[in-house]
Amino acid sequence: MNERLFGIHGAALTLRSQRMGVIASNIANAATPGYKARDIDFNAALDARLAAGRGATRTNPDAGMVWRSPTMPSMDGNTVELNREQVAFAENAVAYSATLSFVQGKVSTITRALKGE
Amino acid sequence: MPERAPSTLFSMTTRAMSAQMVRMNAATSNLANAGSVSTTDEGAYRPIRAVFATELDRASGLTGVTTSGLVRAETAPTRRHDPSHPLADKDGYVFEAPVDETAEMVEIMDASRQYQNLVQALQTAKQLMLETLRSQ
Repeated sequence: MNERLFGIHGAALTLRSQRMGVIASNIANAATPGYKARDIDFNAALDARLAAGRGATRTNPDAGMVWRSPTMPSMDGNTVELNREQVAFAENAVAYSATLSFVQGKVSTITRALKGE
Repeated sequence: MPERAPSTLFSMTTRAMSAQMVRMNAATSNLANAGSVSTTDEGAYRPIRAVFATELDRASGLTGVTTSGLVRAETAPTRRHDPSHPLADKDGYVFEAPVDETAEMVEIMDASRQYQNLVQALQTAKQLMLETLRSQ
């Protein structure tokens, strides 16, 4: 139902919000020794999610999760680079807004059709 | 540790901000004690450091951060010859706290930067959530 109504955007919005959490986790752990930064490969994760929505066999929930490889490894084993996380967070926020406006457009189309305006 | 509710973006950021606060307070205490002296080697102030640890919340996939404790540095206090000092021992030595002011300042700056970062991320996330809620 979700997919028929919103197309790809429903899954994309969930994924964007999940990625926001992952990047926020990286920012929170910027000073934790030994912490390995993670990110979501959006393409792979979206494919996996859509496949699951189409009734494919239960896919791995961690699909698309990737470890970040640092430009310069630090002594304490932490792989968070704040500038990269900030950019990724901003990019993700913009994409979230874009996806959200698609979803909103869909909703208003349906609402209008239902009201018969 | 008591059972906690599943972590959300808000609770995770709150805990990370508290962790940065602990770190900043530790560095500030060290700075405040810079230059303090003692009669004995054991009595001298040793700088403290916050130890961060990752905590994974499996339900939400978020990884927060906590301070797993404070450790005292093992650095030996500086022994200074100052016979006129009221705290000097019988040989005329006082033991000064081994605080590196520059390192502590850098620590405070780093902590405040990361705190700012968290606030910024939280604001963006909150704004997006509100936008999503408002759309009907």
